[in-house]
Amino acid sequence: MRRIRTYRDVTHDTGSEMLEQVVDQQRRLAERLARVRSVVAVASGKGGVGKSAVTANLAAALAGRGLAVGAADADLNGPSLGRMLGVSGARLADRPSGVEPAQSPSGVRVISMELLQEEEDAPVRWREPGMGGFIWQSTLETGVLREFLGDVEWGALDVLLIDVPPGTDKIGRLLELVPALDQMLLVTTPSETARFVVSKSVRMAREAEVGTVALVSNMTGHTCPECGHVSDLFTGDGDKRLEEESGLPLWARIPFDPRLGAATDSGTPLVITDPDADSSRAILGLADRVEEHIGIRSAQSVAEADS
Amino acid sequence: MKFLCLDCDDVMVFAERQIPGDGTLAAVFTCGSCKREMAMLTNPMETQFVSSMGIKIGGREVPAQPMELTRTSLEGGRGDAFALSEDIPLSSADPDGTPTGRVVWTTDAVGRLERVPSFVRGMVKRIYTDWARESGVSEITPEIMDRARTELGLEGM
Repeated sequence: MRRIRTYRDVTHDTGSEMLEQVVDQQRRLAERLARVRSVVAVASGKGGVGKSAVTANLAAALAGRGLAVGAADADLNGPSLGRMLGVSGARLADRPSGVEPAQSPSGVRVISMELLQEEEDAPVRWREPGMGGFIWQSTLETGVLREFLGDVEWGALDVLLIDVPPGTDKIGRLLELVPALDQMLLVTTPSETARFVVSKSVRMAREAEVGTVALVSNMTGHTCPECGHVSDLFTGDGDKRLEEESGLPLWARIPFDPRLGAATDSGTPLVITDPDADSSRAILGLADRVEEHIGIRSAQSVAEADS
Repeated sequence: MKFLCLDCDDVMVFAERQIPGDGTLAAVFTCGSCKREMAMLTNPMETQFVSSMGIKIGGREVPAQPMELTRTSLEGGRGDAFALSEDIPLSSADPDGTPTGRVVWTTDAVGRLERVPSFVRGMVKRIYTDWARESGVSEITPEIMDRARTELGLEGM
């Protein structure tokens, strides 16, 4: 049988320039993120745990301290961050150097698929040949997320928060785009099901050697506004078990408060409208932890490079 | 992806790309030694897969525009999502974003530009204007747009 040279054997330039374009995309993304001190993913793996509300409130809390904060809504198919931060309908200035993000009233720079869609109730659809979406859709959506991170003129940021949609695969996609992620907040609830799902994300974050990984337990209990009695919304202690089993720090326990949802529905996060609410205090405490960890990874990288 | 001429044991080099407009794509490769040509033909699904990567086989005639993949791929994009204010520099030809030469659009050319979906209009306008500056063209007419489209391979723009 004759031996045909393999792909790696053939080193001559083919002129297709496909690899070069991919490398250029990565370079543009890296250059953009080089101006961000800390990229923080707010993820879970589990849906319905309140990632977007946590992201919106955390972003507003950090911006309220005078930090330069960006928020990218990586949930392309179920965007909500723009609405929660009050930028619905905002226009994006189109500049050769990049697209300028929307600016929220709380001072957060925001990009979300919601800002690009004509009809409010339209699901995200791509121009397509009408078949084979299972082959190319994931590639396309990863490319769109790359543009959200790399083609938006974020400017110099202290923190770029990324609201990651449910599914550990979405965390994996983000890690491929941003391998040197500084912080990952894994949002869970006391439910056993949440613990089961989020534990997979913990493992993924560990394997990817994310700089700092911490847990955030949301909807930990409900305080009766009449009598002050605190009742559990979930019967389990999945968040505590996850903390023990993973050894990860639990940076915040955020009690359920219907006002938190109402505030984000209105486009003004609760940490702005009522910073003294219990859930606001928990998120402000979370902001303390995130702020403390800004730049740690880059400082470590510099130290490792120097040693 | 590489193509090898088995007769010559030499790599085949990209020569030409054609997009007939039906979702398919033809990319021609030539053997560096015997000059034999072959065409790679992709079906719409395969074409979409390549474009989903935000790349073009054979390279780009114009630099990638900000959020180009998103703008050209999203169905039902919001017409006024991107601000087209006059104070936004049109040129990406220089690093400061400062226009390096004045380019005027004729009324007919503007009319034709307005037929481009507004979601991508600003990006398309910038591409034509940059091309005009780099080509020493001071006035953009529909004929100039045709010429630019051919030279740049701007299918559908």
